[in-house]
Amino acid sequence: MRLTPKSATLIVLALLVAITPFFFPSGYYYRVGALLFVNGIAVTGIVILTGYAGQISLGHAGFAGIGAYACALAPVHWGLHPALAAVLGAAISAVLAYLVGRPILRLKGYYLGVATLGFGILVSMVLNNERQLTRGPDGIEVADLGLREVLKGWGLNLTNGEFWYFFCGLCLIIGAWLALNLHNSPTGRALRALHGSEVAARTVGVDVARFKLQAFVISAVYASVAGSLLALQNKFITPDVAGFMHSVEMVTMAVLGGVGSVLGAIFGAGILTLLPQVLTVFAEYEQMVLGLVMLLVMIFLREGLLPSILKKFWGKDE
Amino acid sequence: MSELLQFLFSGITVGAVYALVALGFTIIYNASDVVNFAQGEFVMLGGMITWFAHAQGLPLPLAALIAIAATAALGVAMNKLMIEPARGAPVVSLIIITIGASIFIQGAAQLVFDKQIHSFPAFSGDDPIRIGGATILPQSLWVIGGALVVFLALWLFFTRTLLGRAVLATSNNRLAAQLVGINTNFVMTLSFALSAAIGALAGVLATPITLTAYSVGIGFALKGFAGAMLGGMGNPKGALVGGFLIGLFEAMTAGYLSSQYKDAAAFIVILAVLFFMPQGLFGRKSTDRV
Amino acid sequence: MTKTLTTTALGLLAVLGLTGTAVADIKIGASIAATGPAAFLGDPEAKTLEMLVEELNAAGGINGEKVELVLYDDGGDPNKARTFATRLVEDDEVSAIIGGSTTGTTMSILSVAEDAEVPFISLAGAIDIIDPVKPYTFKTPHTDRMACQKIFEDIQKRGLTKVGMISGTDGFGASMQAQCKAVVADYGIEIVADETYDPKDADMTAQLTKIKNTEGVQALVNPGFGQGPSIVTRNYKQLALDLPFYQSHGVASDGFIALAGADAAEGVRLPGTALLVADLLADDDAQKPAVTAYKAAFEAKTGAAVSTFGGYANDAFLILADALRRAGSSEPAAIRDAIEATAGLAGTTGVYTFSATDHLGLDLTAFRMLEIKDGKWTLVE
Repeated sequence: MRLTPKSATLIVLALLVAITPFFFPSGYYYRVGALLFVNGIAVTGIVILTGYAGQISLGHAGFAGIGAYACALAPVHWGLHPALAAVLGAAISAVLAYLVGRPILRLKGYYLGVATLGFGILVSMVLNNERQLTRGPDGIEVADLGLREVLKGWGLNLTNGEFWYFFCGLCLIIGAWLALNLHNSPTGRALRALHGSEVAARTVGVDVARFKLQAFVISAVYASVAGSLLALQNKFITPDVAGFMHSVEMVTMAVLGGVGSVLGAIFGAGILTLLPQVLTVFAEYEQMVLGLVMLLVMIFLREGLLPSILKKFWGKDE
Repeated sequence: MSELLQFLFSGITVGAVYALVALGFTIIYNASDVVNFAQGEFVMLGGMITWFAHAQGLPLPLAALIAIAATAALGVAMNKLMIEPARGAPVVSLIIITIGASIFIQGAAQLVFDKQIHSFPAFSGDDPIRIGGATILPQSLWVIGGALVVFLALWLFFTRTLLGRAVLATSNNRLAAQLVGINTNFVMTLSFALSAAIGALAGVLATPITLTAYSVGIGFALKGFAGAMLGGMGNPKGALVGGFLIGLFEAMTAGYLSSQYKDAAAFIVILAVLFFMPQGLFGRKSTDRV
Repeated sequence: MTKTLTTTALGLLAVLGLTGTAVADIKIGASIAATGPAAFLGDPEAKTLEMLVEELNAAGGINGEKVELVLYDDGGDPNKARTFATRLVEDDEVSAIIGGSTTGTTMSILSVAEDAEVPFISLAGAIDIIDPVKPYTFKTPHTDRMACQKIFEDIQKRGLTKVGMISGTDGFGASMQAQCKAVVADYGIEIVADETYDPKDADMTAQLTKIKNTEGVQALVNPGFGQGPSIVTRNYKQLALDLPFYQSHGVASDGFIALAGADAAEGVRLPGTALLVADLLADDDAQKPAVTAYKAAFEAKTGAAVSTFGGYANDAFLILADALRRAGSSEPAAIRDAIEATAGLAGTTGVYTFSATDHLGLDLTAFRMLEIKDGKWTLVE
């Protein structure tokens, strides 16, 4: 039986989430896994923006920051449940992406890069400077999601690490499923068409501006949700989450793994999440190794790690 | 009045540093359509190597020369090892390659040198010069002069010399340039060497004012990139004006509005300019080839 | 495809697992910003801890048991710090944690340590870390509020009432700025100008010109760390701002004088620790032995001058080693109780006496008002 890429991706993810815990020697591995899944959600958004629609963003951490601070602030100020706060964060991100995206998506390549970068820096600056609201660069506590207690009530007693591992894993699978559905939808086809050539897409009647904006808004929501999950899981958040380096990290993860497919990007997120943990023994060389990995993969495996590995194993492109 | 003058001095000092970084961006972009995010690391290396050589007892001018030469050599190596093999890669990949190079250079610098903040003596002393109730440091004049001289030299190079025109031709259409007999590989190598040398020069000139450490590169790269984009990528005039403008916006915002949001002002201006002029102030119009 | 992925994942897990194999008698964990924007805090801290563990083991360890240090570099990133704290607790199973070079990383480690009931000694400044008191969390540096109090006390003594502030927008600067604003009224002082700069800024003359032109300003306070305060000090001289000038404990190292220039730094005052004036301490000063021992050892080992921050790590380790000796066990709860019972322990920062209601154990007297004269630190009487 031949699997479609969509079901293959979902099966791989489900197996990864469900089976690897059997090999975990300690609770710390759940933490690393949960981080991997959160990053996986963020890069799935980048796949939609960059992989499907061919647009660049160097400011997506700004949306992660909005998602994260929504979870920190809304429960305190408006008594909102943290889960609803995450939804609110996603809604704000979507509206903001819509407003910002309209003018800046007219730009191309590096100009789009600097415009999104400017947006990200503005968000991180507000989070840093509006001390009365955000408590500034030292960060702010985030309320407990409370879902673990609910599960306990149902007789499912998970440790904190286990809960976040499975919860983020579930969110990632849902996120990947939605992204894959989008890929196969008319919108997805339009996006891929304009990725190939905007001019050509326009000639055959694709409303280029509208579809680019859609991709931007959807990817912003992914980043926002990832930010919310990070904040809720850490129960503490600082403006670093919206920083330029975080934006770069998201794009790097996606492109490194293979921005053309959801699974590839998640693979990239996995590599860059695990690498610093593996390299602690060589902490001094960590930065050099990280830089080198980015260089080598991008120069020699241009489509990203996963597609290149698959090609090697199967001998042809799938 | 003296207040305004002081803000102006502050703005052009910082702006001159940004302009130098932006000029470095311009050269590489002209030759290869690559925005080199490691440009800031060239600035860092200019400062750090000069500091290191000076601390080993070498006279400052010699230390500075060594720094510029070594950084230029690194620029050439970067081109040969990273950019040439990656020819034709999409913009996102190129961004990641140069950011990867930047992270790698930073990691190496913290091992070779250290993680502390350093400086070396200003070239013409620390006694401020008074003009109309405001003050400016002699070193600021060095930086401003450096930016102007580099700009003039580049302008002459690109408009008056055969080689300079070859660079522009390569940038416009690589294949056509090759067909008319331009050695495009040499042009690329030259551009990277020049750009790295200018970056290092910026580091040498600015370090007595800004101080240096292994991690300062990314800040310079961001502001220089913003300056180059504001002016219009690929145009030396744009880089110069863009760099100075960003410095002035920052100083004026800090002086008259809020020092907390001075960086925001610069980026809001960029967003506004790009909204009305998607190619920046002096950028050339581009059309998609289908 | 599934097979490939699983093998890769397992391979990576195996590599991860390899890191924690060495067996030691007492394991101490640390998560420190040895790289990144806070590296000049974390770098001396990490070197100090490595040096002290080596020294301690060479001298026979604690109660005959060797100490192993598991040190991670969190780069000043709170998210990484949380992961490393989890790793220290769950995977390395350490008996206690030292670390958190910045307030952000400290808050992340804190919640992991408290949940796991592992004693944690923080190296960061904010008062929120120990106020309200949390059972397992202690800290060695003075709070930024105390630094503000010390500065305002001195300004009050000089009979001045109107100050201008220029603060960094990094965590250190912003937190101290807020604390200073909170306590300034207690000293009958008013903040008439309140400016900030970005830690990466190259020139602060615009902000200083604004302060200079503010009506009635009598003194200047600069909360911040890193290169910012050095540039502010140079600009202060450039503008010939003839005001009493206060820096914070964030720049308390010889490096500051070198970077700002002895000329520009002349007359700058700051609340510092005994470490910077080791030679000037009276022979009967309780801190003298601890200060000279650390200074000599660190400078011999690294060839770099001591900084206040390395001193915080030194004190944290002294407190922990002392508690381990008294506890006679590596059970976290026993260590915690022993730390809380610490009394009269002289470190480089001050003399620590903890209690159930005080997990800082220092008061204002441990801060010394220092003044830079002729490129050297001197004590202000």
